[in-house]
Amino acid sequence: MDLAFFGVQLLNGLQYGLLLFLIASGLTLIFGIMGIINLAHGAMYMIGAYLVYDLNLRLGNFWLAIVVAVPIAVALGLIIERLFLDTLYKRDHLYQVLLTFGLILVINEVQRIIWGGDVHSVAVPSPFDTSLQLTSNLQYSVYRLFLMGVCLALAAVIYWVIRHTRLGIIIRAGAVDRDMVEGLGINVRTLFTLIFSAGVALTAFAGMIAAPLSTIAPGMGDSILITCFVVVVIGGIGSIKGAFWGAILIGMAETFGSVLIPSLASMVIYLIMAAVLLVKPRGLFA
Amino acid sequence: MLTPLHNHNTSSLVNIMKHALKNTVLASLIGTSLVASAMATASEHPVKLGLMLPYSGTYSALGEAITNGLKLAIKEQDGQLGGRDVEYVRLDSEADPSQAPQNMSRLVKGDDVDFVIGPVHSGVAMGMLRMAKKTGAITIIPNAGLEAATNQLCMPNVFRTSHSMWQDSYPMGKVAYERGHRKVVTITWDYAAGKEDVAGFKEAFTKAGGEIVEQIWVPFPSTEFQSYLSQIASIDPDAVYTFFAGGGGVSFVRDYAAAGLKESIPLLGSGFLTEGNLQALGEAGEGVMTTLHYADTLQSEANRNFVSAYQEAYGETPDAYAVHGYDTGKMLAQALYSVKGDTENKEALIEALSNVHLDSPRGPISFSDSHHPIQNIYLREIQDGKQEVVDVAYEQLEVPDDACKM
Repeated sequence: MDLAFFGVQLLNGLQYGLLLFLIASGLTLIFGIMGIINLAHGAMYMIGAYLVYDLNLRLGNFWLAIVVAVPIAVALGLIIERLFLDTLYKRDHLYQVLLTFGLILVINEVQRIIWGGDVHSVAVPSPFDTSLQLTSNLQYSVYRLFLMGVCLALAAVIYWVIRHTRLGIIIRAGAVDRDMVEGLGINVRTLFTLIFSAGVALTAFAGMIAAPLSTIAPGMGDSILITCFVVVVIGGIGSIKGAFWGAILIGMAETFGSVLIPSLASMVIYLIMAAVLLVKPRGLFA
Repeated sequence: MLTPLHNHNTSSLVNIMKHALKNTVLASLIGTSLVASAMATASEHPVKLGLMLPYSGTYSALGEAITNGLKLAIKEQDGQLGGRDVEYVRLDSEADPSQAPQNMSRLVKGDDVDFVIGPVHSGVAMGMLRMAKKTGAITIIPNAGLEAATNQLCMPNVFRTSHSMWQDSYPMGKVAYERGHRKVVTITWDYAAGKEDVAGFKEAFTKAGGEIVEQIWVPFPSTEFQSYLSQIASIDPDAVYTFFAGGGGVSFVRDYAAAGLKESIPLLGSGFLTEGNLQALGEAGEGVMTTLHYADTLQSEANRNFVSAYQEAYGETPDAYAVHGYDTGKMLAQALYSVKGDTENKEALIEALSNVHLDSPRGPISFSDSHHPIQNIYLREIQDGKQEVVDVAYEQLEVPDDACKM
C-alpha cells in the first residue's frame, strides 16, 4: 500500500466516522440519559433523507430544504416523546424497546405510503458540486469535505454545550445518576423532551446532509442503526466524547478492514467491540 | 336419564349430517372431475391463480409490477384462460423466507389453487420449492433468479419465466472482451445472487481470454463504497464489472461517477444495476452498459404494443418485472388453450407448459428441458436518460443447468 493510497483511505475513514458520529451522538444521548434504547433512530435518519428529498423537489433549493426540514424533525421528536414515550417511563425497559420497534414498522410503512417504494437521489448542491483530483485517476467530491466540516463543527458545538453550559452539567449528571438529578429539583420531564427531540433532530439532520451522497430508499436507516449501536457501546453509553472517538475508530476500521482483510470485512467492527468490552466492559469513555 | 338420551340423539344427528356432507363433497368432487375431463363448459369453475408475491416492504413495487403484467396478459384473453374465468388469490409473501412454506401450503391446500405464481425473492423461492416438491403444485417463478431453482432443485412442476443471474451476466463477459477490455475488476455484494452473477461474467470473460485481476466482495447490504473505489483506482483496470440491485446499485453508480472513475474505467454491469432506477441515477448513469433480457426501448412490434397497452392501463412505463408477469399470463393462456382448460390432468398441463413458445415483448421465448426461458440477452447503454439497446449481446441463450435431472 503506497502513501497516496493510505492517505485517501484515511480520508475515507475519517469522513465515514464523522457521519457516524452525527447519528450516534443522538443515540447515545437518548440511551445514556433517558435509558431508552431507541430502535427507531435509524428510521429517523431515513425520514431526514426523505424530507430533504421531498422539500428539495418542492422548493428547488437544497439549503432551503434543510432549513425547513430541521424544524419538522424536531417537531416529530417532540410528538413521539410527548405522545408515546411519556406514558411508558414508569414501565419496564422492555415496553420502551417494544414501542420504538413498533415505531420502525409504522415509520417505514408511512414512508411507503407517502413516497412509495422507488429509489431516489438528491443532486449534490452548489457550490460544492465539484471535485478535487486526489490521484492520477481518482477524484474526491468537495461535498464530502464540506460534510466533514459540518460534522466537526457540530461535534464542537455539542462538546461546548456539554462541557460549558448549565444544561451540559445537567445532562452529564443525568447520565451518571438520574434519580439524584431529579432529587435536586431538576424537571426531568422537560429534560427528557429536550434530549429526545435533540437526538431525533441530530440523526434526521445527518440523513439530510448525507442525502446527496447516499441513495434514498426504503429501509436505508436499518443497517446504519446497528453500526451506530456498536459505536455507542464502544464509546461508552451516554458519552458524547466516547461516541466521537468510537465513530472515528469504527469509520477507520470499516474502511481499512474492507481493503486489507476483505474476508473479515463484515466482522471487523464486531471484533473491535468484543475486544473493547473485554478490556473496558463499560466502553472507552464511560 | 334424559341427558344421555339427548346426547345420543344429537350425536347421531351430527353423524347423519357428517355423512350427508361427505357425500355432497364427494359428489361435487366427482362432478368437478367429470366436467373437467369431459371438457364441457367448465367456465363455472374458474381457474384459480395463487399469487405469492411481495405486496408490502422493500420489494412491493416488484410484486405490483408482476401482478399488473399478469393481469394485462389475461385481460387481453378476455379475462379467460382456456375458456374458463380466472380467480386471483393474492397472498403477501413479504420477502420473508421463514413464512414461505406455510404461505404456499395455505394457497395449495387451503385455497386449492391451480397454479402458484411467485416469488420475487430468492430466499422465499427456496422455501416454496420445498413445498412444490411435497405437494406437486404447478409453480411459476416470475422473478427470483437463483440458479438452483431450475438446476440442482429442478422439478417437472416448476417453471421460471424470468431469468437466472448467470443468464444475464454471461453475455457481458463476451461483450467486455470484444470491446477490448483485458483486465477487469469485479465488485458485488458477498451473497448468493452476487456470487452467481459474477460467476457468469467471469466464466465468459476468462473463456474469451480476459483476466479478472481482483474480485471485491462487499458485505451485504453495505452501501459504503468509498474505500473500494479507492482500491479500484489504485489497481486501474481496463473496466469494472458490477452487480448491485435497488438502492445499492444507485449508490454504487453515483459514487463511481463522483470519484471520477467513469471516464477512465468503463463501468459494466448486470441489467438490474440500472433497471427501474434511471431517474435516481441521473447524470451519473450516462454511458453505463448493462446486459439484460429486456429493455423498454426494444423496437419490436410486440414490445411497442405491450408498452403502450401497459401505459394505458397503469399510467407508467413497464420494466422487466412487468414483462415477467405479462409472459407468465401469456404462458398460462397458451398452455391452457392447448389442453382446452383442463387443469386436472397435471401431466398434460406440464407438457403443454413446457412446449410454450412466446412472441414476448423481450423477443422470442421457449423453454429449456429444465423449464428455464431460452431468450435473447441485450446490451444496453444509458443515453440521455434512456435505456437504449446497443446490440443483441447473445441470441437465444440457453442456461446449461447441468445438475438438473427430471
